[in-house]
Amino acid sequence: MTQAEGRAAAGLCVSDGDVGIDDTDIARLRHVRPRHYGRILAVLLIVLFAGFLIKSFAEGQIDWPEVGNYLTWPTILMGVVNTVWLSIASMAIGIALGVACAIARNSPNPVVRSAAIFYAWFFRGTPVILQLLIWFNLALVFPRLGIAGVWDVRTVTVITPAVAALLGFGLNEGAYVSEIVRAGLLSVDRGQYEAARSIGMREMKALRRIILPQAMRVVVPPLGNEFIGLIKMTSLASIVGFNDVLRSAQDVYYTNTKVIELLIVAAIWYLIVVSVLSFGQGFIERRFGRGFSGSGRR
Amino acid sequence: MTAPIVAARKVGKLFGEMAALVDVTLDVMPKEVVCIIGPSGSGKTTFLRCINQLERINSGALWVNGELNGFRRQGDLLHPLGEAEIARQRRVTGMVFQRFNLFPHMTALENIIEGPVHVLRRPPDEAREEARALLARVGLADKQSSFPAELSGGQQQRVAIARSLAMRPKLMLFDEPTSALDPELVGEVLAVMRDLASSGMTMIVVTHELEFARDVGDRIVFMDKGRVVETGPAAQLMASPRAARTQEFLRRVLTRG
Repeated sequence: MTQAEGRAAAGLCVSDGDVGIDDTDIARLRHVRPRHYGRILAVLLIVLFAGFLIKSFAEGQIDWPEVGNYLTWPTILMGVVNTVWLSIASMAIGIALGVACAIARNSPNPVVRSAAIFYAWFFRGTPVILQLLIWFNLALVFPRLGIAGVWDVRTVTVITPAVAALLGFGLNEGAYVSEIVRAGLLSVDRGQYEAARSIGMREMKALRRIILPQAMRVVVPPLGNEFIGLIKMTSLASIVGFNDVLRSAQDVYYTNTKVIELLIVAAIWYLIVVSVLSFGQGFIERRFGRGFSGSGRR
Repeated sequence: MTAPIVAARKVGKLFGEMAALVDVTLDVMPKEVVCIIGPSGSGKTTFLRCINQLERINSGALWVNGELNGFRRQGDLLHPLGEAEIARQRRVTGMVFQRFNLFPHMTALENIIEGPVHVLRRPPDEAREEARALLARVGLADKQSSFPAELSGGQQQRVAIARSLAMRPKLMLFDEPTSALDPELVGEVLAVMRDLASSGMTMIVVTHELEFARDVGDRIVFMDKGRVVETGPAAQLMASPRAARTQEFLRRVLTRG
C-alpha cells in the first residue's frame, strides 16, 4: 500500500496529487486575503454620513469665528474653572465617604452597618437636583448652625451656592462610590485578608496596604465612569445659582443671542475636560494593574 | 522541663452544627516538628487556623508561647482581647497557606519586607537586606523583583515561606503547603522545609506527604472526624500504627501510590 492509499484508507482528505499532509506548512504558503463585503459597505455608509454631517454644519447658520472667540472668553473660562474644581472637590468628598461607607458595610457592628446601608439608600434613592435644593434651602429648617450660645452662625452665610453644590454632589457621589468600592473589596480573595493577618497586620492596615490597592484595580474603571458622569452633572448646580461653564455660556447668550455658538463652546470645554481625565485614568489603571498580567506590569 | 510552645487542651470548634474539632489535646515543644495527617475534613487545617486565630475556638483552651489565645483570664472572668492584642499574639506564628496567598501587587522582595517594615516598623534598608538573605536561603536570590504572577507555584510557595520567616516567628504553621503544586514542583518546597526543620525551627505541618512526615517529622498526629486518633514518634506511627482507623488510612494512602 502506498502512502497516498494509506491516507485514503484512513479517511483523510487528499485532493490534488501534489498536495499532501506532509508538505503543507501554513507559514510557507501564500495566504489569499478574504474579502469582507459587509465591512466595505459599512465604511461607505459611515463616510457618506460623516460627509453629510460636516456639510450641514458648514452650511448651517453657525457663526464659527464667534465660537473661536468665546472659547477663551473670561466669563466662560471662569465657568470652566468652577466646573473643574467643583467636580474634583465633589469627587474627593465622594471617594472619602464612599470608601468609609464600603468599609462600614463590612463592619461586625450592626448599627454601623445599618447606617452605611441607610446612607446609600437615601442618597441613591432621591434625585440629585432635589438634594441640591434641600441643601440650598437648609436655612428654612435651621436658621442658625452651630451650638446655641457657644458658637453659631446664620445658615444663609454658610450655605453659599458653592457649599450647597459641594454638599449635594459630594454626598450623592459618596453613595454611588460606596457600591463601587464594595464590589472592589468583594473581588479581593479571602486568602489575602488571611495572609495579611498572618503577618500580624491589624484590620485597618490590612485594608490600606493589601486589600484596597488590589480592589483599586477593579474600582478605577467604574470610578472614572462615575467621575465623567459627575462632571456633566455639575451643570445642575446652576439651579442653586452656581456659575458652572454651561450657566456661564447661557449668561453670555442671553445678552448676545449666539445660542448655538455658546452651546458649542460649552460642549468643547466638557469634551476637553473629560478627555484629559480619561488620559489620567489610563495612567492610574496602569499603576494599580501592577503585578497583574495583561494590564501593564511594573 | 521546658514549656510547650503550643498547648491545646480539649479544644472544640463548631461550624454551625458541625463539630470540626472535638476535645483536641496536644502539646508541641520548642524545636519539634509535628506533622498532622488524616483524611480531608478531619479538622487538621481547622486546628492549624485556630492556633493563629484565623478561626475562634468554642471550647477548651489554646495556649501559644505561654499566652492564652484570644483572652485574658482574671479569676473566673474572661476578657476577650482587642484586635491589636490578637495581632500581636499572631506574630509568634508564621503561616504558610495551601494557595500561597502572596500579595499579587507586590514583588517578591516587597512581599517579604511588608511585615517587617509596616508591622514591626523596622528600617526598610535593613529589612531589604534581610529579605535578600531569606530569598537566597529559599534559592530565589535572582527573583527579588519578580511579581507572583511571574513565578511558578513552587517559587511562589518558597517566597511565601520567606515572607513568614521575615517576621521571625517562633513557630511555623504549614497548611498543606504542597497540595496546590504540580508534582514536579513539590520537591523544591519540601527541600526548603527540610532545611528549616534542621535549623531548629518549631513546625506544625498539615500534609499529605507521608514520606516527608516520616523523614522530617519528630512526631505524627493522626486526626479523623475532628479528633486526635493517635499520636506517636514519626517512624513508629508509620511503621506500626496502633489504632485501627490509622492502619486503615495508611493502608489506603500507601497502596494507592
